[in-house]
Amino acid sequence: MKDYVYYPGCSLKGNSKHYEESILPVFRELGLPLEELEDWNCCGATAYFSVDDLMATAICGRNLSLAEKKQKNIIAPCAGCYLTLKKANKVLQGNSDKARKIHQALEKAGCPYQGRIEVKHPLEVLIEDIGLDRIKERVRYRLTGLNVACYYGCQLVRPYTDFDDPDYPTKLDQLMAAIGAEPVPYSAKTRCCGGSLTGTIEEVGKRLNFILLKEAKRRGADAIVTLCPLCQFNLEILQDKMLKDYGEDVTMPVLYFSQLMGLAFGLAREDLGFNRSIVDLKPVWQKLAIGGLR
Amino acid sequence: MEIQRHVKYEEELDKSFLEEIKVMSGAEDIDRCIQCGTCSSSCPMSVYMDSPPRKIIAMIKNGFKEEALRSFTIWLCSSCYTCQVRCPAKIEITEVMYALKRKAIEEKVYPQNLPIPVLDREMSSLIKNYGRNSELWLILRLYLKSRNPLGLLKMAPLGLKLMKTGRMSLKREAIKNKKQLKLLLASLKEAA
Repeated sequence: MKDYVYYPGCSLKGNSKHYEESILPVFRELGLPLEELEDWNCCGATAYFSVDDLMATAICGRNLSLAEKKQKNIIAPCAGCYLTLKKANKVLQGNSDKARKIHQALEKAGCPYQGRIEVKHPLEVLIEDIGLDRIKERVRYRLTGLNVACYYGCQLVRPYTDFDDPDYPTKLDQLMAAIGAEPVPYSAKTRCCGGSLTGTIEEVGKRLNFILLKEAKRRGADAIVTLCPLCQFNLEILQDKMLKDYGEDVTMPVLYFSQLMGLAFGLAREDLGFNRSIVDLKPVWQKLAIGGLR
Repeated sequence: MEIQRHVKYEEELDKSFLEEIKVMSGAEDIDRCIQCGTCSSSCPMSVYMDSPPRKIIAMIKNGFKEEALRSFTIWLCSSCYTCQVRCPAKIEITEVMYALKRKAIEEKVYPQNLPIPVLDREMSSLIKNYGRNSELWLILRLYLKSRNPLGLLKMAPLGLKLMKTGRMSLKREAIKNKKQLKLLLASLKEAA
């Protein structure tokens, strides 16, 4: 199965609309238009696995079954969905007691799963299926002069992926270099953003994201590039409070890799969701103007 | 004056706890832990934890059930899996943390007034009933259930920013085939 179906998850329909708004046109431009999985349900994220392991795995099984019926693999742009679906897939492709119970329930509910689906992140598909050469060919405006800190977060690279290093991955850096941006060495690239802690215990979430932003600033980045909606949200929303509470200005735009790819492909800026940024994007536009983009 | 004892006697420990967590987490190798501390030094949250992950593993191995289940540690774990991929004994530590969370919820011994387990439960119930999470509804339920209306007020400026950028929807999301989801969860309950 090489065809893909798109699994948005709750974030890309909610606070991360700009991720969806940029990833869909980018894939269309590359000749791989993404169709949305019909009637998908939420992956359960870390929350459901903290409450009921069996049910959390089963609801993921329903998504896998829906995709299998279409005979398509899943593309999940949210790193949380990606990990959760992959984790459930691993269980359901095995033959443990747990797997047997869930398969029975899936069958009773009319959504049996044979275990034939693969779950991929768009970054994986861009690098492995499409390839950097084809992406380079498609670039119309190289993002020369834009220094980016590539932030991978945790759930894409750990623990089920083998397409990149769990501690110091480089695939996003390679992708950004391919479109002309300049990735800075960023040692915090897989340090956790705190996930939902920003919403529950703000003090902890704020400090964790402050560390990430400060390190990016120290390395001379103009923007942080992310591939997970929760990371993007966390890095962006507390920036004004950090200045007030820690007395240090770490203000920095936090963009999706797909938004920058769209720019490089020459798609209209207005169509890539840049207007949804809470942080002022002027520094990015200034840098790109120097670099020669429009 | 009453003299308090700070150490447990052997007969007070729960000898079955290790086995129970092994089964619940699927991490069969917990007792291979050599207490090297790689997990604690890798964990970005350990500075906030009352007992770092290494100590939690030791508690499980030795039957300190109460202490492990009542700790803040398990709720501060954000599932970043750093400890798990670095553990030289290949213990699935993140899965162990998940199992402890489930056990703590089951036995209702999680710390009161801590919003994290409330969030986990509310999000699960939204998904169970509607098949989808709705961010605004989740936040409202979180502050309502953790009895923190002041916190909601503090969130207002952020909410406004998200509204302005069109990043907050008032709609309650739901799947079409809720019947299938209900049937799935019911047959699972039956099997378990």
